[in-house]
Amino acid sequence: MKKDHAALADKFNQDEPRVDWHDETLWWIRQKRDKAAFGIPEWEELRETASRIKFNVLSNLSQYLEQFEKAALDNGVQVHWAADGEEHNRIVHSILQKHGVDRLVKSKSMLTEECHLNEYLQEHGVEVIDTDLGERIVQLAKEPPSHIVLPCIHWKKEEIGELFHQHLGTPKGNADPQYLTNAARLHLREKFLTRKLAITGVNFAVAETGEMVVCTNEGNADMGAHLADVHIACMGIEKIIPQRKHLGVFLRLLARSATGQPITTYSSHFKKPRKGQEMHIVLVDNGRSRQLGRPEFRNSLKCIRCGACFNTCPVYRRSGGHSYHNAVAGPIGAILAPNLDMKKNADLPFASTLCGSCSNVCPVKIDIHDQLYKWRQVLVKDGYVSSAKAASMKAMAATLSNPALFKIAGKLGRWTIKHAPFVVNNGLNPWFKNREMPEPPKESFREWYQKNRSGTPQPSAGREPQYKEPSKSKIPH
Amino acid sequence: MSANNKSMNDLNSSLRGGGSRERILTAVKKNQPELMTLPVVKNFPQGFSSPVEKFSEVLKGIGGSVYEVANYTEVLHILTANFPGANRIMSTVQELSSINKGDTGYEDPHSLEDVDLAVISSPLAVAENGAVWTMDSLVPQRVLPFICQHLAVIVNKENLVSSMHEAYDKIGNADYGFGVFIAGPSKTADIEQSLVLGAHGPKSMTVFLIG
Ligand code: SF4
Repeated sequence: MKKDHAALADKFNQDEPRVDWHDETLWWIRQKRDKAAFGIPEWEELRETASRIKFNVLSNLSQYLEQFEKAALDNGVQVHWAADGEEHNRIVHSILQKHGVDRLVKSKSMLTEECHLNEYLQEHGVEVIDTDLGERIVQLAKEPPSHIVLPCIHWKKEEIGELFHQHLGTPKGNADPQYLTNAARLHLREKFLTRKLAITGVNFAVAETGEMVVCTNEGNADMGAHLADVHIACMGIEKIIPQRKHLGVFLRLLARSATGQPITTYSSHFKKPRKGQEMHIVLVDNGRSRQLGRPEFRNSLKCIRCGACFNTCPVYRRSGGHSYHNAVAGPIGAILAPNLDMKKNADLPFASTLCGSCSNVCPVKIDIHDQLYKWRQVLVKDGYVSSAKAASMKAMAATLSNPALFKIAGKLGRWTIKHAPFVVNNGLNPWFKNREMPEPPKESFREWYQKNRSGTPQPSAGREPQYKEPSKSKIPH
Repeated sequence: MSANNKSMNDLNSSLRGGGSRERILTAVKKNQPELMTLPVVKNFPQGFSSPVEKFSEVLKGIGGSVYEVANYTEVLHILTANFPGANRIMSTVQELSSINKGDTGYEDPHSLEDVDLAVISSPLAVAENGAVWTMDSLVPQRVLPFICQHLAVIVNKENLVSSMHEAYDKIGNADYGFGVFIAGPSKTADIEQSLVLGAHGPKSMTVFLIG
């Protein structure tokens, strides 16, 4: 049987210092996000605007898709439609075949991960080189990315040094990030200069103009696309936004939420192929239209893949991306995955404490933790969940649906952790196996809020101290 | 029609997504909720006392350099002093063509591989995030600002706006083939979150604010 999230998290937790390091690194990125968000007085209004633009997109998606297609065709771009991952892969392969290409470069695209494009092409004798440094690292290690923005966040520099020593011939024992990055730069530059076809993902596609925007810090999407004879951009149908000016809203939110940068180094707007070049767009459904039809889960399609919900999630930080056994991990992945395969991914909505931190940081205001909770109900009702989990869930449901009980349960929980840790830190609680319980916060958000709401208003962007920061405050680099 | 031909045709139509296009659009139409109105995007005026100062501070914070200069002669002096070892320099800015060095051909993008310094102009820069905008009408090969080892950008001070909202107001419905915001040198932090400048693109970015 395939291992579920709890079993995979157990495996990740065997190396306690590494878990602490993973936890702290992600928390540090979360703090950078806070700093960037608090620097924008209109942050909350921006989130609200982005959220409402996305609601409009979802409610008018069929028309926007047709509008986008028409504009793209007018721009001289070829447009393809794929019902599922399989069809997407076939379309990409057919374009390769038409050009007699069996080697290509690809920049980051979570959609192609979701469709397992690399495996498909490799089976058909095509060599795919991932050009984002983090993705190249996990590709050399024959692993999937463990984070949508930071693909090799679980790798230590010494391990990367060893990997590069084996594959790129760097000196053994050299683990200097500057040196290793330069080695990758030289290695990948040769690929950019010799590959005739480049695949990129898409961050935003503008219905009004038919252009698509790709955001990177490394410049790898641009190096690939501007040097290749053929550029294929692959996107999920939910990536549409109505107008060019809406990019102003989303580009202000994306990088700040992702890494705390004011904007990514490159925000590239691809509208028409350059002279002599061929440009293709593949529009992929793969379950998205189905998710659109589920009123309780359709909001997950607003996601702009910033990764903020990963970085803030106490479960993700301490279980690692691979424990989610899905292309998109983290809290949002746990909502998207059951739509793709309910049976295989029934465990994922349970990989959450429902603390709500994800919903608080989400730049498009997706009610992530509510949807996780709703998935649990659906999965239990439909018989995808073991009876033990179902029973404890019922207790949780009773608690969460009753504010008075919730207050007591929270207080009791904090008291228990403080005074009788063995009660929760035992083998019966799968979350706390192999690890000490985190130190409980002195007061819950509720108590804190009661105390503070009469005073000066607090900035609300993601400031919700009801869950645990990493124990050590050491900041990596 | 031979069997072979027929299966080729089937393949072609499925590759164009003939059936899928209709199926996807029908499913989306059926499942999308009732229309929700598109919000008005406010302009969100920024409270910077000086956009020039803000721009410089932000760009320096993300690894770029900024010079305020009065004219192109000053730019020439600074670039010559800062890049003494550059063997191939390509300027797309007329006023700075005297700095060109080495092969000046643009035909094949791959041939730009050994450009040490590229000098381009930008009609629009954004104070809130240190980004400059450029597009293919201003750069003879799209790859130039990415493939060069070092990038210099000339911006007229009066083309500085405060926010991305103002930036898109200015871009309006410009009919470019390719356009890009560039904010700082190419970078990565994929190895243990250590920031390294010069991932695949330029290792440095220098912006000259003229005027
Ligand atoms: S759900 Fe929200 S926070 Fe999570 S990746 Fe998507 S946009 Fe970012």
